[in-house]
Amino acid sequence: MDISWDLLLNAIVAGLLLGGFYAAVTAGISISFGMLDIVNIAHPAFVILGSYIAYYVNINLGIDPILVSIIVLPAFYALGALVYQVYYMSFERRGQESLRGLAFFFGLLFVTEVSLILVFGVDYRYVEAAYIGPSLHLAGLELPLRMLVPCLVALATFGALELFVTRTFLGRAIMAVSQDQLALQLMAADPIRIKRIAFGISIAVASIAGALLIIIQPVEPSVGRDYIGRVFAICVLGGLGSLPGALIAAFLLGVVESLTSTFYGPSWAPAVSFGFLLLTLAFRPAGLMGR
Amino acid sequence: MNTATFSIITAAVGLAVMALFHWLSVDYAYFAGYTILQFIVLATAWNILGGYCGYVNFGTAAFFAIGAYSSVFWYKFHPLPIPLLIVLGAVVSGIVGLGTGYLTLRLRGAFFSIATLAMAVVFQTLVVNWDFVGGSRGAYIIHPENFELAGLEVHYIEYLFALMLLLAVIALATARTIERSRLGYGFATIRDDELAAEACGVPTLRLKLIATTLSGAFMGMAGAPFPYYIGYLQPQSAFALDYAVNSIAMPMIGGTTTWVGPLVGSILLGSAQQYATVTISSAVNLLIVGLMLVAFVIIAPNGLIGLVKESLRARRRS
Amino acid sequence: MTALLHVDNISKRFGGFVALDGIEIEVAPGERLGLIGPNGSGKSTLVNCICGTLQNETGTVRFEGQALDGLAAHQRTRRGLARSFQLPRPFHSVTLADNLRIPLLYTVRAREGMLHAHSDLEARCHELLDTVGLLPKAGRMPRDLTQVEMRKLELARAMAAEPKLLIADESMAGLSHSEIDDILALLVRLNERGVTIILIEHIMSAVMSFSQRLAVLVSGRKIADGPPKDVVRDPEVVRAYLGQ
Repeated sequence: MDISWDLLLNAIVAGLLLGGFYAAVTAGISISFGMLDIVNIAHPAFVILGSYIAYYVNINLGIDPILVSIIVLPAFYALGALVYQVYYMSFERRGQESLRGLAFFFGLLFVTEVSLILVFGVDYRYVEAAYIGPSLHLAGLELPLRMLVPCLVALATFGALELFVTRTFLGRAIMAVSQDQLALQLMAADPIRIKRIAFGISIAVASIAGALLIIIQPVEPSVGRDYIGRVFAICVLGGLGSLPGALIAAFLLGVVESLTSTFYGPSWAPAVSFGFLLLTLAFRPAGLMGR
Repeated sequence: MNTATFSIITAAVGLAVMALFHWLSVDYAYFAGYTILQFIVLATAWNILGGYCGYVNFGTAAFFAIGAYSSVFWYKFHPLPIPLLIVLGAVVSGIVGLGTGYLTLRLRGAFFSIATLAMAVVFQTLVVNWDFVGGSRGAYIIHPENFELAGLEVHYIEYLFALMLLLAVIALATARTIERSRLGYGFATIRDDELAAEACGVPTLRLKLIATTLSGAFMGMAGAPFPYYIGYLQPQSAFALDYAVNSIAMPMIGGTTTWVGPLVGSILLGSAQQYATVTISSAVNLLIVGLMLVAFVIIAPNGLIGLVKESLRARRRS
Repeated sequence: MTALLHVDNISKRFGGFVALDGIEIEVAPGERLGLIGPNGSGKSTLVNCICGTLQNETGTVRFEGQALDGLAAHQRTRRGLARSFQLPRPFHSVTLADNLRIPLLYTVRAREGMLHAHSDLEARCHELLDTVGLLPKAGRMPRDLTQVEMRKLELARAMAAEPKLLIADESMAGLSHSEIDDILALLVRLNERGVTIILIEHIMSAVMSFSQRLAVLVSGRKIADGPPKDVVRDPEVVRAYLGQ
């Protein structure tokens, strides 16, 4: 195979841009699964929900999709807090989170997907924005703005989260609750409230990720399923609970997927992330930077 | 009641059902009945790993599709009788179950579940890219109009129905036997407290591998006749998500601790879905299944059988 | 006489925290060893390493002269090591009798290779429940038990495995004086039948009357090991544990 260096370089750059976006989608799981030990496989459903809300407001009111996602952040936060409350009351409190908690989130994933099909149908949906279409040409590289802008927003979101978790009291309380719930209780902080806030944040981030998703690619309800494997693969590969680790893993996955897609064809792309996941689970479950 | 007696009774019930359907002689009844019997097998299979051991498998569709595509594979080489295909499907799916288990069962239950999701997508991608079995274009399976055996001639669908009925009987008898055996006790300890189980001498990894292999094998068995039932097999229909949801919802709604739960759940939910698909739409029907799953998991964690047991116990105390 | 159990320089870390630091203990066959120390000193971690629930980083555990490295917990139990958990871990979805059936089915049977009749198992479960005074509740579920009763079940379940070495981890917490005496008598009877016992306890009167030898663990290190009367007078032991 005669590898064109141009093609290779562009594939890698596209992979990095994609990886940045993947990091934003995974940030929520890093919190809910990595730190709170909640296997929220419905997370991609919330992302897709964010995509559709961004789509709906964008099409009808012409507001920029990223702006829409920021406006609905409080609503998504509230939704996340509500879901956690139900999860806690029904499962965590009774110590049944393994079987029934998983079934619960799977049910949510399914209900969200089917509801979206019923409301919006199975056609692909797009959004309109000034930066979808043009590309930046830099040193022989082609940087489509519809990928560059989401990547930058994603990195900004990711950076904000990392600062929050390491610098604020609330953020550090969340890290603490993931490591030692009893110690947190002794510090007179309510672990349940901390977890609820954290879960709310994880879902709120999903809203932003959803807007970014529909900028990068057209969306239809079952797209979420492709992302389940990706986000857990990145989370596990990066090491549970490590946001920087997730970022590195996200870039890695993005590049490998992009290379596979360019040189072997896009129909193999879904298998890449899931294959990564299986290999990581089989050989290095602690991830690259695991605790 | 020992296993032999139970098997005889179930087989007798099965024969009665067969006779009834034969007397009705309505092809649609066979088609609908086949779907429900298929769900009985899938739900019972899922429950062996999910309900008894507490490990949630999201990849039912993958094991089912492996059975289906194994049949397509042999069909392209040289058509084989369906009972043999069922055995082959069971073997392949069982091996895949064993492999998946071996890779992931030493980790926590949550990782196993995520791995099953991953596996489903990986297999779907492999199949979509494998032209020999039709890839994304799909594969046609032509079967004779009628099935002939020793002078008896019936519509092909009746033959498939009978096979699936037999599989359902075998699955239920197997589940019940496991429940009452040493293996069943071992499974229950894995569900309750794996660490304590190990301390009591239970070889947890080995038992979990047995469960995944059995579970996968039965799902493959259910999938093997599917191409003959449907005539045209596409990856979308073989790997459809509603297999995953239903094989989880049916045992959870019926009750996960006994073999009766998946049976009850399959018949109720399966019939309701047949009705809803015909009268409303298949999307609404799936929405209802999903909502019921969420509702039952929150409100009635032990399913319908659990509710019945609770009310009996309450009545006994008062 | 060769030791039944030889803990040879065992160390265990959790991240940066050193839970066990070069522990060296021997237990002779038929001996009654008491193990004491403050909370967090590593007693339960030591039990976990001996029984295979946790993997030690350095050193070896030898049982009947054979190294247990790489053996899973269930294999060690089948060789004759049994333990009760400090925080009881009953099997919630089965009855008390069935809780005891598990070690009978999976440890005793595996050893003997014989098939006991169903009624034999049933009788043995009831017999064991009787020894800890739980026979009236044989058909009940663990959630119907008090904390104290759960500890008794925990001990009975360890005994059901017919061990050569039994490690009883704080089985007497919360018991009344007469109940403590009952459990001690039970353990002594077990010992007279040839079962080696390691008793981990905070109740000093029980430890003193029961142990032939006493070992003290503080912050992951063994600071004393000898006849009980001498150990309790050891100034370091008094400072680290008894004087509190």
